[in-house]
Amino acid sequence: MKNTDFVVRFAGEGGQGVVTSAEGFAQANAQVGYYVQTFSTFPSQIRGGPVWTQTRVSTKPVRSSGDDLDVLVAFNEYAYNEHKSEVREGGVIIFDSGTFELEGIENSFGMAFDDLARSTGNARAANMVVMGALAYLVEIDQSILEQFVTKRFTRGRPNDQEIIESNIKALTLGRKEAENSGFMIGQMADAIPPEGEQVLINGNVALGLGALAAGVDVYIGYPISPATSLLIWMENNLPAPGKFVYQSTSEIESITSIIGAGFAGRKAMTATAGPGFTLMGEGIGLAWMAEIPVVVVDVQRGGPSTGLPTKTEQSDLLTALYPGHGDMQMPVIAPGTVEECFYAGYQALAWAERYQGPVVVLSEHMLAERNQNIPKPDISKLEPISRSVYTGSNGYQRYDGWELSPMPIPGNPGSYVANGSEHDGMGDTTHLGERHVQMTNRRFSKLKLLEDGTYESENTDASIVLMPWGGSKGTGLAAYEELTEQGADLGWYYTMFLSPLPPKLLEELKTKDLVIVPELNYMGQFASVLRSYGVKAEAITQYTGLPFKVRDLVSRIQEKVGTQRKESVTA
Amino acid sequence: MTSKNPEYDFKWCPGCGDFGVRRALESAISRRIIDTEVAVENNVVVAGIGCSGNMVHLLEGDQPYGFHGIHGRSLPIAMGVKMGNPDLNVVVVAGDGDFLGIGLEHISPQAARNLNITAIVMDNGVYGLTKGQSSPTTDLGVVTSSTPFGKTEEKLHPFKMYMSLGVSFVSSTMSSQVRQMSAMMSEAMDHPGFAIVHIQSPCTEYNNTYELLKGNARKGIPGLAFDIPEDHDDSDWDAAFKLASGDGIPLGVIYRDATRPTLDQRIDEVSEKVKVKTVESLLESYAI
Repeated sequence: MKNTDFVVRFAGEGGQGVVTSAEGFAQANAQVGYYVQTFSTFPSQIRGGPVWTQTRVSTKPVRSSGDDLDVLVAFNEYAYNEHKSEVREGGVIIFDSGTFELEGIENSFGMAFDDLARSTGNARAANMVVMGALAYLVEIDQSILEQFVTKRFTRGRPNDQEIIESNIKALTLGRKEAENSGFMIGQMADAIPPEGEQVLINGNVALGLGALAAGVDVYIGYPISPATSLLIWMENNLPAPGKFVYQSTSEIESITSIIGAGFAGRKAMTATAGPGFTLMGEGIGLAWMAEIPVVVVDVQRGGPSTGLPTKTEQSDLLTALYPGHGDMQMPVIAPGTVEECFYAGYQALAWAERYQGPVVVLSEHMLAERNQNIPKPDISKLEPISRSVYTGSNGYQRYDGWELSPMPIPGNPGSYVANGSEHDGMGDTTHLGERHVQMTNRRFSKLKLLEDGTYESENTDASIVLMPWGGSKGTGLAAYEELTEQGADLGWYYTMFLSPLPPKLLEELKTKDLVIVPELNYMGQFASVLRSYGVKAEAITQYTGLPFKVRDLVSRIQEKVGTQRKESVTA
Repeated sequence: MTSKNPEYDFKWCPGCGDFGVRRALESAISRRIIDTEVAVENNVVVAGIGCSGNMVHLLEGDQPYGFHGIHGRSLPIAMGVKMGNPDLNVVVVAGDGDFLGIGLEHISPQAARNLNITAIVMDNGVYGLTKGQSSPTTDLGVVTSSTPFGKTEEKLHPFKMYMSLGVSFVSSTMSSQVRQMSAMMSEAMDHPGFAIVHIQSPCTEYNNTYELLKGNARKGIPGLAFDIPEDHDDSDWDAAFKLASGDGIPLGVIYRDATRPTLDQRIDEVSEKVKVKTVESLLESYAI
């Protein structure tokens, strides 16, 4: 039987081409119709330090980055020692014999990556040597990689042909080395290309594209891992007459300046990670208080404080919901896949405009750094939303009433004061109790305008259900599928709209005996939020800086279900 | 808006310098509306927190837009407003605590960008609204409620700092001189770039410096404030820096450079140069 799935991990040091090898291999396979997904983790330094990237290639949509390795490509000895235990039985280790030697390890073979590359006349083709060897191991046709090389290096430069030829030579050399090793992983089944056009992007690019599709005008951000790539992407792709994209000097400047732009009538956003998000707390409160649409993206990393800047974690949920002091609650959209990142970016701007206030997108390192093929979003079906604008004459009471009202835009009649202090209809400061009651109710009432979030559900009759959030969706879904195939009576719920939760979803969850929430944090943050709403929720937590493995999740869900059943029998 | 909004009961203390600043700002905005034939709603006053920040609520007559934000952040808010719509006339009103204390970090980047706004700084050398704590411009050794044994840090020298940071319009005036203040505000609003009108605006309650500034011949107090000599060349940075660094409070325009491009001009140049990317073309570039 042919393999339908292939997982390879490239591990080495920063600067050795670990990431480019993995992403190149993913792209080559995506081009012929396989489903691909990459996962990267690296140290917080410019060059060097242990880096690894994993590429999963499959004939079916990829849910997670894969538990076990079919192939480990070790660029140095440290990488070999760190990762060898994750190679499955029958898997193969390719090591760089130009860097170190392995004696007597049965499932491994060495080749000198750089020497082989240099022999082609192109010292930069080491990753092609590796890709050639990989392709042989899973019997992927050489022509697929050749097509990829030709496409990638046809750049309209005089030496294109030369580079293409040397890269193809490198592929062939790697292939021969693998052939001589005598190892095989087994043939990969033919690709079943997904229907419709596909794009290969990471989560941050998807978010940026979604925001652009929603009509973002202003983007202001400060560099911070893992949100920096979104700033860079915006700097390169947003500029146009009437648009403004800028690097700020701090997250405080980012949030307050996008609030200024939002006040001036523009669709404005910023992106940051945990430390920057915390700095933005006061500003987000101002946007809530003064009713100004802005979007803040928090690409989570390990916390607290500087924490784990280049690792993944889902530990900013409580901060995202309540980023500031006083009575306020943020609308929060937490995408769980690269595709959802696009729609989260889009929907966040739509929500901000609709309810006239701040909206938080809670993404994650593992999504930001994940390259995945997704269906190309059909932007012709999108109808970007803009805020309700006041068009009358001067003397307008902008904050009158208990519900949303049209917003005047500077430059047009309807002057008012946007005020962070409690205010009257004009926006002038007041400390009257009845006014604070009216305005507080008004601000919370607007959240009702955002109860249109969608959710997924399956096997809804089950009394015990699984409900992951954010980036744990993929592994959660894979675990759910495995368990239900084994005959478990388990339900499935999922939404990226964490606040406000779709009301019908919440109603359903309240009827369950147990809602199991796998999440990457210590506190079980989403489970505790659900409990505060009256849902019997329990978390399965992990805080290693890495995503769940499907296998671990399956056994921990079984454990929880077992305990629950036992308890209910006793009762 | 006081007359229209009975709920709003904030009052400056009798004799507060900010009254004069308000009159000057009202007349500068009115004059601008007449001169440029642009409606009042094309003006935005962005304020921080403190006595000075209440300016947005106390302006009488035709109302500009106002933004009463959070402490120290009036400059970045103003940047967002201005870059969101460069046609607006954006004026920041701030106190010395707001602008030079908590908000100090924001002056340097706006100077470097030459953001085309006007910042009106009401300097009373004290935190008034919280009842009399020391501020960056309080003199060394002065006893305040937060420095019961005398202030132990040296006074910040705002003009020297503005000059060093590259602010493109630096001016100085006093709250008792409404006409001079107003004229200076108009010049600052007309100036293409980051303009600061720094005003000595004494706090009669906690730091009454009227006499110190104006002097009192009868008591033999010479007065710190003096008019900038007519032969001062305000385009000469070295001369301006010398003036800014000297003793006393010079009154008038210390420095101006109207030749530097503003941030919105630079951004316009970029956006005219770049090839605009559509969502569709970007998606196409990621197609497999």
